[in-house]
Amino acid sequence: MTTDINTHTISVLVDNESGVLARVIGLFSGRGYNIESLTVAEVDPAEKLSRITLVTSGTPMVIEQIKAQLGRLVPVRRVHDLTVEGPHVSRELALVKVVGTGEKRVEALRIADIFRANVVDSSNESFVFEIVGKTDKLNAFINLMEPLGLVDVARTGAAAIARGSESI
Amino acid sequence: MAQEPMLGAKIVLKALVDQGVDVIFGYPGGAVLPIYDELFQQNHIKHVLVRHEQAAVHAAEGYARSTGKVGVVLVTSGPGATNAVTGLTDAMLDSVPVVCLTGQVPTHLIGTDGFQEADTTGITRQCTKHNYLVKSPNDLARVMHEAFYVASTGRPGPVVIDLPKDVLMTKGEYMPPTRIKHKSYKPQVKGDLKRIEEAVALLANARKPIIYAGGGVVNSGPAACQLLTNFARMSGFPVTLTLMGLGAYPGNDKQFLGMLGMHGTYEANMAMHDCDVMLCIGARFDDRVTGLLSAFSPNSKKIHIDIDPSSINKNVAVDVAVVGDVAHVIEDMTKVWKSAQVRPDQDALAAWWAQITEWRAVECLKFVQDGDVIKPQYAIQRLYELTKDRETYITTEVGQHQMWAAQHYRFDKPNHWMTSGGLGTMGYGFPSAVGVQMAHPDALVVDISGEASFMMNMQELATAVQYRLPVKIFILNNRYMGMVRQWQELLHGSRYSESYSEALPDFVKLAEAFGAVGMRVEKADQLDDAIRAAIATNGPVLMDICVSQTENCYPMIPSGKPHNEMLLGPVADGEQAIDAEGQILV
Repeated sequence: MTTDINTHTISVLVDNESGVLARVIGLFSGRGYNIESLTVAEVDPAEKLSRITLVTSGTPMVIEQIKAQLGRLVPVRRVHDLTVEGPHVSRELALVKVVGTGEKRVEALRIADIFRANVVDSSNESFVFEIVGKTDKLNAFINLMEPLGLVDVARTGAAAIARGSESI
Repeated sequence: MAQEPMLGAKIVLKALVDQGVDVIFGYPGGAVLPIYDELFQQNHIKHVLVRHEQAAVHAAEGYARSTGKVGVVLVTSGPGATNAVTGLTDAMLDSVPVVCLTGQVPTHLIGTDGFQEADTTGITRQCTKHNYLVKSPNDLARVMHEAFYVASTGRPGPVVIDLPKDVLMTKGEYMPPTRIKHKSYKPQVKGDLKRIEEAVALLANARKPIIYAGGGVVNSGPAACQLLTNFARMSGFPVTLTLMGLGAYPGNDKQFLGMLGMHGTYEANMAMHDCDVMLCIGARFDDRVTGLLSAFSPNSKKIHIDIDPSSINKNVAVDVAVVGDVAHVIEDMTKVWKSAQVRPDQDALAAWWAQITEWRAVECLKFVQDGDVIKPQYAIQRLYELTKDRETYITTEVGQHQMWAAQHYRFDKPNHWMTSGGLGTMGYGFPSAVGVQMAHPDALVVDISGEASFMMNMQELATAVQYRLPVKIFILNNRYMGMVRQWQELLHGSRYSESYSEALPDFVKLAEAFGAVGMRVEKADQLDDAIRAAIATNGPVLMDICVSQTENCYPMIPSGKPHNEMLLGPVADGEQAIDAEGQILV
C-alpha cells in the first residue's frame, strides 16, 4: 500500500446525543490522527441526527483506520469518504475583518467584489466580508486581504455533500 | 403493558434481574446508597463487597471471561468511578463484556465540583466501548438493557452507566428487555461469502500454512473453539495461539505449536515467519505478537477474520479480510472447504511439518530443575500436573510468572485462563480469581502471581475470606519485579533500578492476619505436598513459593527484532542484541 499522505473529506452521520462530538474528537486526539477541519450541526431534528464533515489527512491505511474507528463508535450511523466515493461539493464560509482607510480600503472592496464576497458589516475604517466557497478560494481571499489590513478571520470549516442523486 | 412507576434504583435492580444477573461486584458510597438500599431488600442478586473499586472491575472480568456472561460492577461517584478506570481500560483492551454502574451527584449539582463529583462519562469515554449519563428515570430501563446489549455483542467491551442520585430516587417507567434493534450499532456477524471463498482458495494452495488464533475465538464462544479445532484437524494445519487465545485450541494437541509472540515458542514464531499462508482468526496483530513489523512474516499471504472492522489492516496489511463473528465465519469456511473438496498439497504439508518438528527439537521451553532452589518453570509445571485432572481455572497477574504460566500450563478448554493481555495490569489476577470463584464455587481457582503484582490488590484477601472463596494464590516469589529486572539486565547493564523489593511482608503472617491460610515453600521437594495441601484446604490459601531470584523468561523476541531472531537463553551483552530502534520500544 502507498504511504502517500492525502487529504480526505469524510461525512459522518451521528445520533445527536450528548458527548458524541467529544467521542469523535477524542478518537482523533487519542489515536494521533489529524483534523484539518470539522463542522457539525443537527440536520434532522425529527430523527435527532447530526452530520459531521471532517477533513483529515493520512496514508491510505490510516484513512481506512479512521473510517473503521469512526464506524465503531456506538452513536455513529454512517461514515462516507466523499473523496473516494465520487465527485462532491465542498463549501466553507469565512468572516473576514479588514481595517484600513484610503487606498487600501478601496482595494479591499474591489477584491471582495471579484471574489463575490459580501460586506456584512462596515464602519468608517473597517469591513467584515462574508465569503463562501471552496477552502482554496477562501485561502486565496484571505491571503490577498493580508496586506490590506486583515485583523480577524472566523472560518466554519468545510461542509460537503456528494454530487448527484445519491444520499448518505 | 404499562407498569406502576417505580423508583430509579428499583428500575436498576429490576433491569439487572431481567438481564439474568446473579452476582455483582461493588463498593458502596453516598451517590449509590439508593441502589444499595434496594439490594438490601431483595434476594435475586448477590453483591460481593470488594475492597477497592479496581478489584470490582477485575472480579467482574474474571466472572465474565469464565462464564461468557456480562460481568457487573457497582461503584459510587468520584473516587469510586476513577478507581474503576484501570479495570475498565483493562476490559477495553481485552474485549471483556462488563457493565459498570457508577453513582453521580444529583443532576442539578453536575458541573459544580460537588463533593465526590467527577466527570465520569468524560473520563471513561476513551476506556469504554460506550458510556451513558442517565438524566431521567424514564430512560433508565432502556439504557440498562442497551448497555448489556452493547457490552456483550460485536466485539465485547466495558460499558459505563453514570447514575445521578436524583435519578435513582425519582420514579420512572420500567420496560422489560425486548429484542433490541439499535439505530446505529449493528455488529456484523455473518462474514461475506465471497471473501470466505477467496480465503479458502488461498488456503487450498498453501504449502506452509499456519493458523494464528486469538481471544476473539474465545469471545465467540465454546462452539467457535470447537469449529476452529475441527477446521484445524480437517486441514491438518498447525495452530498457534496468542496469550488471550490460550484454551481456544487444545494445549496438548499435536497440531498445537504453543503460544506465539515475544515469549512464545520457537516453533510457533519460526512457523509464523516462514509460512506462506497465514490464517489469523480473532487476533489483532498486536506488537507483542508481531515483533518488528517490517520483517513480520515477509513471504505470506494473510487472511484475517475479525468482528471488528478496525482491527483489519491496522498494524499489518492483509490480503483477504473477513469481517464477522468467528464461529459463523469458520462454519461457512468449513462448508466452502468441504463442498470444494479442498485438499492442499500433502507432500508440501508433510515437508512443512518436518520443518516444524526440527524447530520443536530445539525444546525452547526446556529448563533444568536441580538442587533445592525452585525454578519458577518447575513450580508451574508441578501445579499443572497436580491440577490438570480437575476443573481448574487459572488467573495471572503480569510479568515473568504470567509468561511462564502461559508457556508451561496447558489449557485444553476455553474460558479457563484469565490474564491481562492488552493493558498488562499488575494486580489483575487475584480479584479476577475472586470473580471466577464466585461463578464456579466448586472449581479450583488458582491465581498464579508474583509477589509484586499480588501486593497491588492484596486487600482482596478480605473479600475472599468474607465469602469463603477457596482461591489459591500461587506466588512465585523472586523478590524482584522480574520482568523489569530482566529488561534491565538486557538493556540497562544490569542496573536494577528500583526493581528489587527491599521490604516484603511475611506472606504467611499476612494471610493469617486476614484469616486465610498461608504456606511457604522453599525447597523443590516440598512443592508437590504443598500444592496438594493447598488444594485440600477449604478456604483461601496464600502460597509463598520462594523461587530462583535470577531466572529469566525465555525464549524471547527482543524488542525491535523479527520472529526468526529469538533469544533462546541469556546473552552476554543484551545491549548488543537489541539495536537503538529496539531500545525505545517497550
